[in-house]
Amino acid sequence: MKGNIVVDLEKCLGCHSCEIACAVEHSRSKELFQAVAERPRPQKRVIVEGCGGSNLPLQCRHCEDAPCVRVCPTGALVKEEIEGVVLLHDHLCIGCKWCVLACPFGVIVAAPDDKVMIKCDLCQERAKAGRLPACVESCPTGALQLASTAQLAGTKRREFLVEYLQDR
Amino acid sequence: MDQEKRNQRSIDPATLAMLDRAEAEGLETAWDRHDRQEPQCGFGLLGLCCRNCNMGPCRIDPFGGEPQKGVCGAGADTIVARNLLRAIAAGAAAHSDHGRDIVEALLHASTGQSPDYQVKDRDKLAALAGELDIAVEGRSAEEIAADVAQAALEEFGTRKGTLAFLNRVPEKRRETWSKFGLTPRGIDREIVEVMHRTHIGVDNEYVNLILHGLRTALSDGWGGSMWATELSDVLFGTPEPVEGVSNLGVLQENEVNIIVHGHEPTLSEMIVAAARDPELLELAQSKGAEGINVCGMCCTGNELLMRHGVPVAGNFLQQELAIITGAVEAMVVDVQCIMPALTSLADCYHTEIISTSPKAKFPGAKHVPFEEEKALQIAGEIVKIAVEGYPKRNPERVFIPKEKMEFVAGFSVEAILSALGGSLDPLLDAIKEGSIKGIAGIVGCNNPKITHDHGHVTLTEELIKADILVVETGCTAIASAKRGLLLPEAAQKAGPGLRAVCEALKIPPVLHMGSCVDISRILVVAAAVANALGVDISELPLAGAAPEWMSEKAVSIGSYVIGSGIFTVLGTVPQVLGSENVAALLTEGANDVIGAAFAVETDPLKAAVLIVEHISDKRSKLGLP
Ligand code: SF4
Repeated sequence: MKGNIVVDLEKCLGCHSCEIACAVEHSRSKELFQAVAERPRPQKRVIVEGCGGSNLPLQCRHCEDAPCVRVCPTGALVKEEIEGVVLLHDHLCIGCKWCVLACPFGVIVAAPDDKVMIKCDLCQERAKAGRLPACVESCPTGALQLASTAQLAGTKRREFLVEYLQDR
Repeated sequence: MDQEKRNQRSIDPATLAMLDRAEAEGLETAWDRHDRQEPQCGFGLLGLCCRNCNMGPCRIDPFGGEPQKGVCGAGADTIVARNLLRAIAAGAAAHSDHGRDIVEALLHASTGQSPDYQVKDRDKLAALAGELDIAVEGRSAEEIAADVAQAALEEFGTRKGTLAFLNRVPEKRRETWSKFGLTPRGIDREIVEVMHRTHIGVDNEYVNLILHGLRTALSDGWGGSMWATELSDVLFGTPEPVEGVSNLGVLQENEVNIIVHGHEPTLSEMIVAAARDPELLELAQSKGAEGINVCGMCCTGNELLMRHGVPVAGNFLQQELAIITGAVEAMVVDVQCIMPALTSLADCYHTEIISTSPKAKFPGAKHVPFEEEKALQIAGEIVKIAVEGYPKRNPERVFIPKEKMEFVAGFSVEAILSALGGSLDPLLDAIKEGSIKGIAGIVGCNNPKITHDHGHVTLTEELIKADILVVETGCTAIASAKRGLLLPEAAQKAGPGLRAVCEALKIPPVLHMGSCVDISRILVVAAAVANALGVDISELPLAGAAPEWMSEKAVSIGSYVIGSGIFTVLGTVPQVLGSENVAALLTEGANDVIGAAFAVETDPLKAAVLIVEHISDKRSKLGLP
């Protein structure tokens, strides 16, 4: 499904399960007990930030007109035509970090060796197998969902309507 | 549910039939709830979450990122070790508190306070008294029992420094324990000290923590559990080989079915007696039932089958399934391993869940407080509730799977000795000349993370094939019972050496030694063999395994088994992999300290290879063929 990860702020408890699931998904073994022993260490692509009592898991928004893609000097960052995912081809990445400067959300980070960048790929391997992204599947409260813009807008409309009618 | 997923849940046909039934009836079981928990919390699986103070909860990033320290500064090693210790403490507490209840039952029996209990095995009582330097000459059983019970109670508080049963431990082992500060000083004391040391800002050094964890576990194995076993034998009889039947097929279509589930034999022994009361049998007949069928489940089942050959309906993961048969009038429970899910499930049927222990209440259950002083009377009341429920059974919803299997159980140490003709020598000789390569104790629970019974049965079958005598307790033994491995005929599945020994002695290749506290019987055998050969337990061709373990009790058991010097393979991954240091200590470093360590292997075929290799290694070090 073409979609993006959406977060229900009220449901996120800040348990960081999505971070672990993300790192495991991006490990060689894809299995927690083996992944923790792998070197280099598997890295997460989603970061749970907290502010004023709210928690927000942040990951790449896969922008339509992605600033990171525009500034990338080597073409390592690309916006895929079909699924609309912003992907990083790390063999092309020279670690210049222009993308970090350009990204408004701070969700492109450097690998621990600082040589290449890492970011959310919307779990391409899982997507091919028809599975949800690891973070979505791991969230115990359902705070993370994969939704198309149309679905998201539909949910918003219903929420607005319910609230509007109640207030009257 | 698709076939593949279904077949991954269990290898037991009765269980699979009941899982289909559950699905058809729209009822959930532990397997469904486990699915719903997936994926499980990574911090929890790795032991990296600390809730020991209210600056927290804190978690450590397992992939080397931030945070690497809790608010107090505790890192992964400290947090993982502290969590492990608390699990050991809970497990040791469960066994030992069970032990205390048995000690008190003996004490009350000896003073006449609970007239329904008497000393049943006077020889064992006298032998124990001898071990404890308690006079027996010219004294009544009650007088001796009172002194033995007092001496046992003393063990919990320790004013004398060490546990009484350390006299059974080979000298070399005791030296190792004293060198590394592992000698248990008292049953309750070690558990309390775990709670103290794991409080914020006390013991932060993982090696020091784990050494104390081992000491606490040893106070369970050679203390709380051993007392539970020894005094249960005194009160209810030392098990002797006995025949019985296992699996859900033991439930009777035309009788009142009562399942006793939990762990302590005090109540269940009385239920068995009460169910034979002619008045209650008559009442059952007046309600249209042909009789009263008492069956066991989990370790209560093991206690009863060891001593009376009472049918055992199943192991841990079958408790919900028993209710789904629609044929159970009452499930009578005491303590440990009783799923909170039972009561809401029982609401869908006429089944009464009857809780009996002040320590274990269940929302939605009928609570009938059990008092030793009026034991038989209360047991009678409980049986009556079940009988009166019989007319409420809906025959259309009854579904009893047909599978059942005969077994021979009852292999206490005394029974093994008598099977060997009164001395350990035939066993020692068989081990020395290699017809028996070694002995493996397989114990523990069920866990939906492992295909039900697959871990137990596969490992057991592989080991007997390799001429390794297998001794079992708990839910493992029930798995083997259901598979027919506890029958003398199962010797045909054993390797030629073990087969010949079993056929000569007319014993099964897999010996059922009792409930989970009865793993202490296995320790006694291991120590006796070591003493007879003049070596340490860790030098013997022995191994332990817990292929489907889940409970904190199993954590304590595994720890006292390696603490006693026996290599142990765990079939589910313990929550320690968040600290490489702790994991390395438990799986390698421990060898240098106590001469034994853990291995983790979820595939029972590979676990069997590990054990066979370990045993052959130990044999060659002893110069045995
Ligand atoms: S004891 Fe330390 S690690 Fe544990 S919750 Fe408190 S501050 Fe956090």
